[in-house]
Amino acid sequence: MTETLWLIPALPLLGFLLNGLAGRWLGKTFVSLVGPGMVGVSFILSLMVFQEMLSAPGMSITQHLYPWIEAGSFKVPVDFTVDRLSGLFLLIVTGVGFVIHVFAVGYMAHEEGFARFFAYLNLFVFFMLVLVLGSSLLLLFVGWEGVGLCSYLLIGYYYTKDSAASAAKKAFVFNRVGDFGFIAASLILFSVFGTLEMATINRMAPETLALGGGLATAITLLLFLGATGKSAQIPLYVWLPDAMEGPTPVSALIHAATMVTAGLYLLARMSHLFVLAPFTMSVVAVIGLMTALVAATIAVAQYDIKRVLAYSTVSQLGYMFLAMGVGAFGAGIFHVMTHAFFKALLFLGSGSVINALHHEQDMRKMGSLLKKMPITGYTFIIGALAISGFPLLSGFYSKDEVLWNAYSSSAGSTLYWVVGALTAVLTAFYMFRAVGMTFFGKSNVAHPEKVKESPLVMTIPLMVLAALAVAGGWVGIPASQGELFGIPHVLEHYFDGFFAVIPVSGHHSHGTELLLMLAVTTLGLLAMWGGYTLFSKHRERAAALREKFLPLHKVLAGKYFIDELYDRVVTRPVHWVSERVLWKIVDVKIIDGTVNGTALATRQLGGLLRKTQNGIIENYAVGMVLGCVAILAYLVF
Amino acid sequence: MTILGLPILSLVVYFPLVGVLALLFVGREQKTAAKWIALAASGLTLAISLPLFFAYQPSGDEYQMVEKADWIPAWGAHYFLGLDGVSLLLVLMTTGLTFLAILGAWNESRHVREFMIALLLLEVGMTGVFLALDVFLFYVFWEIMLFPMYFIIGVWGSDRRLYAAFKFVAYTMAASVLMLVAILYMYYLHFQATGVYSFSLLDWYKVNVGLPAQYWLFLAFALAFAVKVPMFPFHTWLPDAHVEAPTVGSVILAGVLLKMGTYGFYRFAMPLFPTAVATFMPYLMALAVIAIIYGALVCMVQPDMKKLVAYSSVSHMGFVMLGLFALNDQGVQGGMLQMINHGISTGALFLLVGMIYERRHTKAIAEYGGLMGVMPVFATLFLIVVLSSIGLPSLNGFVGEYLILVGAYQVNPTAAIVSASAVILAAVYLLWMFQRVFFGKVTKAANQALKDLNLREIAVLAPLIVFIVWIGVYPQPFLSRLEPSVTRFLVKTKAAHGGDIPSTPAAILTVTPPENRLGKQAAQNPPATQATTPSGPRTDTNTGGGQPPAEPEPR
Repeated sequence: MTETLWLIPALPLLGFLLNGLAGRWLGKTFVSLVGPGMVGVSFILSLMVFQEMLSAPGMSITQHLYPWIEAGSFKVPVDFTVDRLSGLFLLIVTGVGFVIHVFAVGYMAHEEGFARFFAYLNLFVFFMLVLVLGSSLLLLFVGWEGVGLCSYLLIGYYYTKDSAASAAKKAFVFNRVGDFGFIAASLILFSVFGTLEMATINRMAPETLALGGGLATAITLLLFLGATGKSAQIPLYVWLPDAMEGPTPVSALIHAATMVTAGLYLLARMSHLFVLAPFTMSVVAVIGLMTALVAATIAVAQYDIKRVLAYSTVSQLGYMFLAMGVGAFGAGIFHVMTHAFFKALLFLGSGSVINALHHEQDMRKMGSLLKKMPITGYTFIIGALAISGFPLLSGFYSKDEVLWNAYSSSAGSTLYWVVGALTAVLTAFYMFRAVGMTFFGKSNVAHPEKVKESPLVMTIPLMVLAALAVAGGWVGIPASQGELFGIPHVLEHYFDGFFAVIPVSGHHSHGTELLLMLAVTTLGLLAMWGGYTLFSKHRERAAALREKFLPLHKVLAGKYFIDELYDRVVTRPVHWVSERVLWKIVDVKIIDGTVNGTALATRQLGGLLRKTQNGIIENYAVGMVLGCVAILAYLVF
Repeated sequence: MTILGLPILSLVVYFPLVGVLALLFVGREQKTAAKWIALAASGLTLAISLPLFFAYQPSGDEYQMVEKADWIPAWGAHYFLGLDGVSLLLVLMTTGLTFLAILGAWNESRHVREFMIALLLLEVGMTGVFLALDVFLFYVFWEIMLFPMYFIIGVWGSDRRLYAAFKFVAYTMAASVLMLVAILYMYYLHFQATGVYSFSLLDWYKVNVGLPAQYWLFLAFALAFAVKVPMFPFHTWLPDAHVEAPTVGSVILAGVLLKMGTYGFYRFAMPLFPTAVATFMPYLMALAVIAIIYGALVCMVQPDMKKLVAYSSVSHMGFVMLGLFALNDQGVQGGMLQMINHGISTGALFLLVGMIYERRHTKAIAEYGGLMGVMPVFATLFLIVVLSSIGLPSLNGFVGEYLILVGAYQVNPTAAIVSASAVILAAVYLLWMFQRVFFGKVTKAANQALKDLNLREIAVLAPLIVFIVWIGVYPQPFLSRLEPSVTRFLVKTKAAHGGDIPSTPAAILTVTPPENRLGKQAAQNPPATQATTPSGPRTDTNTGGGQPPAEPEPR
């Protein structure tokens, strides 16, 4: 299998080329076979590779392809590595990716540019696989930028809409701010380690960099800046909600399940570097926590169903960063996985609704859809239960793992736990607000008689993802409960010795863990019930509450006016200085003015001298005489 | 290496003249014939030059396929051509771009015959500059290429073409005159050191130029090349020249002519004056960084597509300079590769802008919008080129830029990190332009019925796209050809680093001349020295008004 590792990314690339170059002429059937088909085959190959990796020495297999860039001592080969981390991502990307591709066949059936859509989507999978498989930081960056490009193309898929075009550019530019950090970090890393091979850097880091030293802190902070761009964290998160302009399968695949977790992948991949910088780790934890809370509060006041999910994604990503920040890399990755299942499910469910309502996304124009669309409705509710931490579903375990680590890790604190728990409660509330507004209560649908359940090509993916959202967390049942029922904690040992370890401080009993879990779960259940009743049966009470806290609601609905702030503080001043000062004054007036001034002065000087050359012999004679007199005078006196 | 008994480098340089000769026999109105002749001449030149890529042996001699003959023995001027890895790629880029530019200019209808003659003459000058290893010969080619370009801008340009053409020539001439003086002085220094008259660059490399003469000579050379690059603050001719020039003019100007500046640094200014390089390095790096950021910022606010692309050249060429002055493997190889990348990407951008200009006769970004739906092929190709220019990994621009940054970081971390921020700005200005031109609804009626690219236009762009992807995915064939030449360049340029290197401008001016045989003369300003050196009859041959070396400039 090692020799055929390259096929895993190559197949989606082939799909991109086929659909991109010939799709327009080969028809929709061809396109819808090639697009999902390539990713499906990649998934099967990934499963085989994953199996092989588990039994390989060191649980890692590498395929060397060819030297990419070599100049002096700088060498970057194209090498693909599958280890426990990239193996897991491999399965998520191709597996969830395949399901979403299938859904998209139904969702995009009546769109123009069907072939273009699948070409982009396959290209995305290709770059995502390069990101995950690349064993050099620079190769990871190829995938990193490539997925950003596909995100750009797919957000701008409905390019005739100005909002979509702007959102696409915004996403790319905000990501580029993060990329600046990535590039800067990679420059420092190369100068320190003489290589960009990530395994080597991880191995050498403890003896090369001082614990808590400035260098380690600078590198990790810059890498984290890159992560905040790609994974939509404060201060660069604002592009992700706007990215919802793209078709819904795109939101599910790129902006929920895979690409936005790339930042977390990067942190986990470089864990041995990050633990050397405790300061960065606490920055990661605090930023993650703040993002989780801020985004969750914004989500409470949104009416666009996709925006609720978008802010929810930002918030959940914050959760994952919190886990990483306290050194619980495994827990963070666990949540990445379960989140990929239930958030993809929620997005696709919303897509099914949006499709049935002819592109209506405003939840105020929905309601009572459960009867009309039972499969979509029940699977959506399963997703909502999972993300809200309903007992025994996937999100319950991964969220618990994150919160427990935030409390018990030596880098964690009670405050982290409190804010994290608060976010969990908010999450339960806004998710069931969405469920209530969409599927229950009075119907506000414009033409309810026309609404019908989506076709099988869309509902089967929903059911598959729902199954995963239920059971996907069982690999990570914590020891505190596993002991009660005799279930082994599979994930606990999966990453043994893979990540850098921050020691757990003191002894925390399983009793404390159970108690904390019980508290969050109870509050969460209350919040679910509250969100559901307020926004299904008793919407007038929700309206009254809104009136009561109108200013707060305005701030939340206006997303804290961060976009406006960036516009005033960064965009406009830079633009103004560039246009009015640098271009119109420095370039045109000062530099060019000097040049043209020199030319003008030369010409005028020439003009003056020309007056002496007027061809009148008498004048020359006078000049000569005067000259002679002057010379004589000089010699004599 | 010879073809049909003719030395290959000369064949590459002069073959376009066969086309010129043929064009002289074509009637003024036989426009189609003129185009075909020019296309054939440039196509054959390209075909002759392509085997060089495989014939050049990276592990072989420093200069290959050398042709050397006495030209004007009395002055020590030689007909001396030779190829190293850097000139190899530049020559191939020149022959390739010229061919594509002629194919791209198929719709030109004004004075076609003369236009094609100018282009072919230009090609002679350009390949000559990159292959000459005799400084006198180099200067001849350097000046030769100026005049066709003057006419291309001045005759076939748009409204303010005369202003732009004059500005271009005046800028370049003013700077080249100083270089001429420096060349003559260097010629004299070589004579002093060896007692032999020679314009051979390889002889000059052996001369150890004293201080502070080295500084003045370096500055004179550097100024001439800096104007060409163009480095901040000598760049203001560029936007004017580009906006007024016809498409072909812009393609050649950005693609090839700018590279003569950086090539000049690589071939002449830096290896000849290593101590001066070490001294001025921080300042030149600073100017490069300013160009990178400043060019990008000014780029962002341009309302005119062509001007935007022109200013982006200031930024991109700043990267080349940054890499060159990093003086290490990564920086210089990256810089050299980036010259090629910039030629391809910016050449393609100008071609693309030209194609839309031919259809709509405006370059104002605001006049467009929604072209994605009207011209999908055009939009796709445009996007690929834009992404290459932005430096998207897996396309060519990234490889060069990243190597430059790696190189620069080892020398000056601040410069590298500040320059890296250009990745943000490049995305802003190029994607914003792309958004305004291609996204949104078609708002102008005139854009409704625009025709997508025809086969000829696709054929012009396709080879460039191929290279954009190829260099991005597998740059080794190019890097491995650059490597040995860059290594030798570094040996020469870092040779004289021992000893005290003044670190401030004030220290440079007050430097004590080292005790060597050139010390006395070197203590003075070169032009002044020439007139006043009391070195007896030998100098008379140099400075006497009627003596040959004083007037080698071809007029």
